Amino acid sequence: MTNNSNNAQVAGKTSIKTYRDAINDAIREEMRRDPTVIVLGEEVSGGAGCDGEDDAYGGVFGVTKGLMPEFGRERVIDTPISEAAIIGAAAGAANNGLRPIAELMFFDFIGVSFDQIFNQAAKFRYMFGGKSKTPMVIRGTVGGGWRAGAQHSSMLHSIVTHIAGLKVVMPSNAYDAKGLMVQAIRDDDPVIFLEHKVMYDNECEVPDEQYAIPFGEAAFPRQGKDVTIVAISNMVTHAIAAADILAEEGISCDVIDPRTVSPMDDEAILESVEVTGRLVVVDEGNPRCGLASDIAGIVAEKGFHSLRAPIRTVTAPHTPVPFAPELEDAYLPNVDKVLAAVREVLGA
Amino acid sequence: MPYQEEFLLRAYRSMRTIREFEERCIAEFMGGNVPGFVHASNGQEAIAVAACIDLSDSDIIGSTHRGHGHCIAKGCDIGGMMKEIMGRSTGLCKGKGGSMHIADIDKGMLGANAIVGGGPPLVNGAALASKTLGTKNVALSFNGDGSANQGTAMEAMNMAVVLQLPHVFIYENNGYAEGTAANYGLGCDSLTDRNAGFGMPAECVDGNDFFATYEAIKVATKRARDGGGPTSIEAKCVRFDGHFIGDPQLYRGKDEVKNARKNQDCLKIFRDRVIKEGWLKTAAMDAIDKEIKVEIEQAVADGLAAPHPDPVTDLMSDVYCSY
Ligand SMILES: Cc1ncc(C[n+]2csc(CCOP(=O)(O)OP(=O)(O)O)c2C)c(N)n1
Ligand SMILES: [Mg+2]
Repeated sequence: MTNNSNNAQVAGKTSIKTYRDAINDAIREEMRRDPTVIVLGEEVSGGAGCDGEDDAYGGVFGVTKGLMPEFGRERVIDTPISEAAIIGAAAGAANNGLRPIAELMFFDFIGVSFDQIFNQAAKFRYMFGGKSKTPMVIRGTVGGGWRAGAQHSSMLHSIVTHIAGLKVVMPSNAYDAKGLMVQAIRDDDPVIFLEHKVMYDNECEVPDEQYAIPFGEAAFPRQGKDVTIVAISNMVTHAIAAADILAEEGISCDVIDPRTVSPMDDEAILESVEVTGRLVVVDEGNPRCGLASDIAGIVAEKGFHSLRAPIRTVTAPHTPVPFAPELEDAYLPNVDKVLAAVREVLGA
Repeated sequence: MPYQEEFLLRAYRSMRTIREFEERCIAEFMGGNVPGFVHASNGQEAIAVAACIDLSDSDIIGSTHRGHGHCIAKGCDIGGMMKEIMGRSTGLCKGKGGSMHIADIDKGMLGANAIVGGGPPLVNGAALASKTLGTKNVALSFNGDGSANQGTAMEAMNMAVVLQLPHVFIYENNGYAEGTAANYGLGCDSLTDRNAGFGMPAECVDGNDFFATYEAIKVATKRARDGGGPTSIEAKCVRFDGHFIGDPQLYRGKDEVKNARKNQDCLKIFRDRVIKEGWLKTAAMDAIDKEIKVEIEQAVADGLAAPHPDPVTDLMSDVYCSY
């Protein structure tokens, strides 16, 4: 189907779509299908109360563009700059019959709203003895590469993955972005949907019809038997590029994209390591208590006997994201760092 | 003459420096010399200068994402700022911060802030330190109209009143929070009335009028210094450019910016006033304009010539521990 995914061929028409448009498609079709789906956040339409054009932004990255003209301001709600109130309203509305998609813009802004996420929305189902349903999606853009500085470039996915009661989705391509967003909207639990800001213009073939990709099922963008590379979000791009370079040298890499990190397809990773005996995990987050160390921990615990070399992780260093381009480039994982780690686990 | 000539020239110089700096930042950004996002404050110069002109280096300000003007008004070196905005290692934050994170602690500039509403609680802290240590320093926070709707801003205002902190909350109401009208985001008709509701004196001024803004903030700053607690000053102003440089601004009315640049330019209003009153001569201000052009030219040239950070050594400096 796509060069990035193991999804079965979907019948019907497909088009080349950007990651941005694929998410927009998913939301638009779900809003057409289900009148309880609403969108709220800052500038999700833009132009509220202004003299100029409405829908001036459609989200600061244009992901929700065109939704307000179709569904109106009743369902596509520009809010004041009040993240705690945005997330709280989404959670409360989700308990009361709506399926809100709340946008945090830059996921760094989660800080302002965090209580409403981790103490409130995440806990309702369990804490209320299974009686409460919180079908909400929280969208945010993550990651570096934009020279956006320390407060607009964080990943923070490991923090939400740590929290019981949240599902965490991190698509690496347009095909997955659409299918996972559809699933996120239909899901009855709070879903954190993290879009990497450098991927919005990335394109691939995407079915026109709606399809849901189940959570907890990894994709296998490259298959191989020498080394397992687990990568997430934009790091999948680097993992694939590294695998293609290594393939020319006769080294075959099994690239696994978990797509959702909570729930996560541990089985796929363990089965791959059983074959390869070698694991490299690539993650843009900081190294401590992060997704990379978590995956390494799972494999060390459950797949120890398969391992033929120490596990290697490729992550950002333990610093905030620096502004200067040279520093940000040095901060971010890249193809060379993945290649070096793979060669290291191969003892080359 | 109610103002000393020296004071007026200093105010004019500072405002003009901000204007030139911002306009040049826009040009350099468009020319590809400035990475990332930049939020320019041209149009809003009078407020920054009115607020900071009487402060000493030990008085503290906290700023926003639109912070260049506040930095300049507080005395930050424009060369160091330009280098920071260009991401150079000799910038004020060694190129690690960028436009949205300029700080200069020695100058009492606690930092720009890319989190809307991130500043006022921190400025409360500076005010608390002043009160506790008895230093008589005042702390001023700059805030946007949109940031007033953030819980952190409201909590900080209430706490400043409860603890009677020497904190002047300055609200730059430029009519917009990104592409949303200020009066859409604010549920009430008047931000000043809302802030008065927290239990502090609150005043609304024409932020395009340097003198009106200066007089109001002067009273507030004196009250804070004398132990009279916080004040809210809302200054209505105009953002001459986009939310960020490159913003197409489709949400703004036709000719809105053009008309504002013509009729609500705080620098023109200042010049007209001081000439009408006979306080300053045109030639003196024109001479300042010329000097500033040279200074900004120099800052840009120095910025472009400044060294880039070293990815090996600089990436891992200023960390307490690395893994
Ligand atoms: C917590 C948080 N939410 C949202 C943003 C995105 N954002 C940056 S500036 C801005 C608008 C701020 O408006 P205002 O306070 O009026 O300041 P102005 O830009 O007009 O100077 C928004 C929504 C942010 N940086 N931080
Ligand atoms: Mg504003």
